[in-house]
Amino acid sequence: MPLVQAFVFAAIGGVFGVGVTVAGRVLTGREAWSLEPVVTVGYIFALLGWLLGIGVWDQWAREWLGLPVEHRQHRGWARYFAFTTDHKVVGVQYLVTFVALFLLAGLLAMLIRIELMAPGMTFMGLGTYNQVMSLHGIVMVAVAVATIIGGLGNYTVPLLIGAEDVAFPRLNALSYWLVPPVAILLIGTFFTGGLDTGWTAYPPLSDVNAAGQVLFNLAVITFGLSSILGGLNFLVTIATLRAPGMGWGRLPIFVWSIFAASLISLTATQFLAAGLMMILFDRLLGMAFFRASAGGDPLLYQHVFWFYSHPAVYIMILPGFGLALEVLSHFSRKPLFGYRLVPGGFIAIVVLSFVVWAHHLFTSGMSDALHGPFMVTTELISIPTGLVFLSALGTLWLGRLWLTTPMLFGLAFVFNFLIGGLTGIYLADVPTDIHLQDTHFVVAHFHYTIVGGEIFALFAGIYYWFPKMTGRMFSERWGKVHFWWMFLAYHTTFIPMFWAGIHGMNRRVGDYPAELGDVNLFISVAAFVMGGSFVVFTANVVWSWVRGPRAVANPWRAHTLEWQVASPPPIENFPATPVVVGSPYAYGVPGAVHAVLTTAPAHTPAASGGAQAEPAGPALAADSA
Amino acid sequence: MPGWTHKTDETVQHMSDFVLPLPKHETAVAVHGAAVHEHAPASSLSRNRVGLWWFILSECFLFLAFISARYYLLGLERPAELNQALGLGLSLLLLVSSLTAYRAELGAQHGDRRRLLRNTATTILLGLVFLMGVGYEWSEALVHFPPSEAFGTVFFSLTGLHAFHVLSGVVLLALVYWNARRGRYDSGSIWGVEASVKYWHFVDVAWVFIYPTLYLVR
Repeated sequence: MPLVQAFVFAAIGGVFGVGVTVAGRVLTGREAWSLEPVVTVGYIFALLGWLLGIGVWDQWAREWLGLPVEHRQHRGWARYFAFTTDHKVVGVQYLVTFVALFLLAGLLAMLIRIELMAPGMTFMGLGTYNQVMSLHGIVMVAVAVATIIGGLGNYTVPLLIGAEDVAFPRLNALSYWLVPPVAILLIGTFFTGGLDTGWTAYPPLSDVNAAGQVLFNLAVITFGLSSILGGLNFLVTIATLRAPGMGWGRLPIFVWSIFAASLISLTATQFLAAGLMMILFDRLLGMAFFRASAGGDPLLYQHVFWFYSHPAVYIMILPGFGLALEVLSHFSRKPLFGYRLVPGGFIAIVVLSFVVWAHHLFTSGMSDALHGPFMVTTELISIPTGLVFLSALGTLWLGRLWLTTPMLFGLAFVFNFLIGGLTGIYLADVPTDIHLQDTHFVVAHFHYTIVGGEIFALFAGIYYWFPKMTGRMFSERWGKVHFWWMFLAYHTTFIPMFWAGIHGMNRRVGDYPAELGDVNLFISVAAFVMGGSFVVFTANVVWSWVRGPRAVANPWRAHTLEWQVASPPPIENFPATPVVVGSPYAYGVPGAVHAVLTTAPAHTPAASGGAQAEPAGPALAADSA
Repeated sequence: MPGWTHKTDETVQHMSDFVLPLPKHETAVAVHGAAVHEHAPASSLSRNRVGLWWFILSECFLFLAFISARYYLLGLERPAELNQALGLGLSLLLLVSSLTAYRAELGAQHGDRRRLLRNTATTILLGLVFLMGVGYEWSEALVHFPPSEAFGTVFFSLTGLHAFHVLSGVVLLALVYWNARRGRYDSGSIWGVEASVKYWHFVDVAWVFIYPTLYLVR
């Protein structure tokens, strides 16, 4: 069992790290035990042990020493609990893990709403509220960063571009197996004094609070590493493994959006790691990055942090854009409107996202001279975003909309993101932002972009690819119940939050003025109703995965490559490398063909799983008969 | 649970024009043959190369964050106690080590094991001397600008971050040396050598930016 081995290796590494630290402290004449350094060094070695144990040693590191590596291929259920290199397995691992985290962090949101039902502290103390709010924040940020890219992206990108796997399959498995230690550390914060800074971890508080902060920093740095390596893998995969004929002008738009988002995760994430490292250096080595008394400056952290974290919202939303456009085109049965402009819009968003960070600092006390420029750059982003939006509307225009569950979520994305985008203008403008900063107006705004935008797109993607990933159909009826339930409850929850924010409802605080009691009670009830919609989703997905009817290869009759192979696809994806000859979205164009799949392999010999792969042509013909 | 079936209404029935035609075997092969020349999936070596460059770009941002912290906290200030001779000496040392690393790669490319070994060993040695130099520098720095004040903070974090990269480069080169001794680069792939040497150059270039940031501005 690789998991057992991983835990054993992690324990050995942890004990070694702790031992080294204690020994070092004793030798340098300090007190033997100090929690924070011991935890930090112990964790670093435990993490190394964990990775080596899960499979890096057997399948990878031996190669560096010139030893033969094992190519173990686990089958059945075991492969989901092992260092498996198949991108489809890694995708499912990511998806299941992060959907589970999404539901857990959703429960934390329910706790927050229970506390906020009435003014005064009614259900938990202020300290507990801070911990619950912080943990809800950081877990949801991780979910927003990793679920579409790591889950759906890993599963579908190699299929969409006609490749057998990602460029670095072992690195891909490594990216996933970096995630469980993150979860363990975040849970560990509860036992080490808790995390009370919110997910942003601003100093000076994060320089001096309980040891839970150290665990948080280590967790997020580890997650950042996973995100960087994942982004690198996508960039190389998309740049080098496209099937013959799959030029940049023929890439499905979701692939483009993953490419753009990966550019950000590859580069900007280093700034998050740097900022959190600086906090660790301050705490563990007595450095003075953020200690004003010793020549440091807490504002430095806000700059470094938002240099990552503003681009990070585009790591979250760009794949959402791609996914929504993908679904809108397939289910409008129309070519994607303005296909050539959208990737340009994506890249423009990437570039601009690096020069807008200080709009988070309008009330922080930074130089007034920076207000104007950052207001302008922030508003410039609405131009490429508008291009994407126009593409969505143009695709829908005069289309023959097929209102399946994925399409409903795709349409909702367009509607929700419009509200999210428009309310963002008030936060980009300095005069209104100074009034609205740190209120529930901001909370409502980013929940409109990330939940209303990305998470709705995520559900569109989950329903859209569910037949491909599981080989089963979900219940369309219960899918629609989930959609309408979530959609209506979502708006009922978040629209009043704008109002509460304008009237002075502060964010990140468990208590509030009594006159805001009614609106908060209303929001809380609506939030509980919204929470219920995920029960429908979970039941539908679990039930259908086990008992649903078998899915055909191409239930949506889509053009893109992943639908031209069996559901689920065989391990090598395609019997032979497909040849791309046209646009993936040429719906309604007479005689248009996206790709030609040869059933007889051209150069590669037939792999063992080949028998399972139905020849694409006959499968399609049977479908449409 | 009822409601499993998806509706196959006329919207769908009318969509027969998007169905892929069954390819005639000959046609498919002909198309394939033509397309391969203009654009074939890349080899594993070129994949690795592209990946390494992206990785190096990513690492640049890490150094950039710490370098910008220096300018943010201190502007162009710098203490007079910096050991300029040592700083210059260490920089020259690292530059020379890039030359020997390059010669090691050249040796591998020519299948010249002795040249590869000799130059790899020299590079490792120069790297270790560099690290010892940094250690000596730290012992002086602790007295003049300890990490508990602003310049010490940026000095120790930048040199420490860089020294960690040098150390990892030394480990990689040691693996290259180990494998070269066993003749594993004599025939076939020398990607291990190429990657380690490129990484070494990157660590070197990073220092080219860190050195003036700490020692030379103003």
